[in-house]
Amino acid sequence: MSLLQVNKLVVEFPSRHGTLRALDGISFDIAPGEILGVVGESGAGKSLTGAAIIGLLEPPGRVASGQIVLEGQRIDHLNADQMRHIRGRKIGAIFQDPLTSLNPLYTIGRQLTETILAHLPVTPKEARQRAIDLLKDTGISAAEERIDHYPHQFSGGMRQRVVIALALAAEPQLIVADEPTTALDVSIQAQIISLLKKVCKERGAAVMLITHDMGVIAETCDRVAVLYAGRVAEIGPVHQVINHPAHPYTAGLMASIPDMDSDRERLNQIDGAMPRLNAIPTGCAFNPRCPKAFARCSLERPELVNAGANRAACWLHDGSAA
Amino acid sequence: MSAGKPQPLVVAHDLAKTFDVSAPWLNRVLERKPRQLLNAVDGVSFEIERGKTLALVGESGCGKSTVARLLVGLYEPTRGGLSFDGQDAHAAFKSPASQKMRQRIQMIFQDPYASLNPRWTVDNIIGEPLKEHGLIHDAGELKARVAELLTSVGLSPLDMVKYPHQFSGGQRQRISIARALATAPEFLVCDEPTSALDVSVQAQVLNIMKDLQRERGLTYLFISHNLAVVRHVSDQVGVMYLGRLVELADKHTLFGNPQHPYTKMLLDAIPKMHDTGRARTPVQGEVPNPLNPPTGCTFHPRCPQASDICRAERPLLRDFKGIKIACHAVV
Repeated sequence: MSLLQVNKLVVEFPSRHGTLRALDGISFDIAPGEILGVVGESGAGKSLTGAAIIGLLEPPGRVASGQIVLEGQRIDHLNADQMRHIRGRKIGAIFQDPLTSLNPLYTIGRQLTETILAHLPVTPKEARQRAIDLLKDTGISAAEERIDHYPHQFSGGMRQRVVIALALAAEPQLIVADEPTTALDVSIQAQIISLLKKVCKERGAAVMLITHDMGVIAETCDRVAVLYAGRVAEIGPVHQVINHPAHPYTAGLMASIPDMDSDRERLNQIDGAMPRLNAIPTGCAFNPRCPKAFARCSLERPELVNAGANRAACWLHDGSAA
Repeated sequence: MSAGKPQPLVVAHDLAKTFDVSAPWLNRVLERKPRQLLNAVDGVSFEIERGKTLALVGESGCGKSTVARLLVGLYEPTRGGLSFDGQDAHAAFKSPASQKMRQRIQMIFQDPYASLNPRWTVDNIIGEPLKEHGLIHDAGELKARVAELLTSVGLSPLDMVKYPHQFSGGQRQRISIARALATAPEFLVCDEPTSALDVSVQAQVLNIMKDLQRERGLTYLFISHNLAVVRHVSDQVGVMYLGRLVELADKHTLFGNPQHPYTKMLLDAIPKMHDTGRARTPVQGEVPNPLNPPTGCTFHPRCPQASDICRAERPLLRDFKGIKIACHAVV
């Protein structure tokens, strides 16, 4: 059974000029202990999907339809108070900028014990010991001493380790990590990714890893979902999606990344840009930029169908669905 | 300067920039704090031939952007000098005829959202350097030149009347390239020009930059932390660590056969696309505080090959098998 099921999720933003549909029927699931990558360009709806799952959509954004089911329980229509018991306890969150996800006025120890005490039935003393253990697990040396330091006394990489410790504090089954390494340098990025992989594996926590970096996805994830204009364009096992993309958008995206192993004079470019929310083309949202588009693409919208080992929302694979 | 032999267009010699980051005077006196100096760039030398691209890579805080600002004259060097086409560039920047030099060296910035004035239309943004340098006075001629520049970066002349917010990130970066090209410069300093862009858009901008280089014989200094991008655009690559060059080699040698332990570490840290599930061996440690750099070779606390001499003596950039490298363990 899957840990998390997202079913035809629609997120809308009412505005003066009409309602904008930012996520338009996103469906995927995550198995216990699995790492699912969510990749896409800015504005594709990656972060919004994560925010909807952890119940932190900024008003006026709202879940208009669809379901989010965690361990058999619907969590998309819970009120703020009920959601607070899930967030942290069952779903941990890691955000891009570790400086803004830590309170600069409290020591990291206070922030960790606060989270632990809020979710677990332990005494303050046990909570502090637990916080020290968590810091040790995330590779912070001299944890007993560092626990009483303030966020500004840590470097960027160290802060992100603290944020990971914070996300793991109440032993959640799912971690939503939104661009956890984007603000870090490559050498630190490698450290954080391998740490995230290690601690989640040890605890059996599933991870939804949101990033725009295909390299990070390639080495970290089990499966990957490629988002385009608020919809899943393709989803499948990570090596399949990268090496045998079924959707023309995925193929174009892969080819536009400069590669360390090949010498190309020109990079493959996908002309144009992702459409704005108020001007999503009819039919397949990718059709104006698609090199393989045909008449049907601008008329009817494709749903996810089987395409080899992957599932892709593309009319090119319609035959295999029948 | 012998005639006939191709002169490098840009020669940086022992460039250094020190910032004073001391506490305010009263604090220094009351708390007996010493002056604090930050050596952002500490003696960097390189040459760029006409029509070629030198890329500088390194992690945050290694001084890449400070080098860029030194080259365009936004900072004055604390030590060392820069010669451009045989002239002392920083003397030229200060002379009354500084405009001549500034026309020839232009810059493209990282963030296309911050580097374009949101209250100006595109024709004003691109036309400003033309007016400022007194290259064009006639309004009709100015319009025609702006239209030409827009076309050269793949935008439409009809975009002239729009404001920056009406464009996507990639299009804004093209506007910023068009503005940099307005004075017909020979040398462009590009400080992380694609870091703020998505990959498909990054490909568009990199392709345009390469096309323009071919058509106009432009010389680039390309700064990036993305080694795959650097490998794509550059001819020569310089790796910086804490304000100094640690390795300088042509692209194929550097990526094919890296010598310096730091270069090897950087290359190893890149996630490989087609090698799914491969675990990287992350290098331990972080970039040290530049206010209090380690003694000797500043990389020694993280270096797997460090020995006693590395802790005691700072290695100099030396010629070694056709490349330049600063490392005791290699040379």
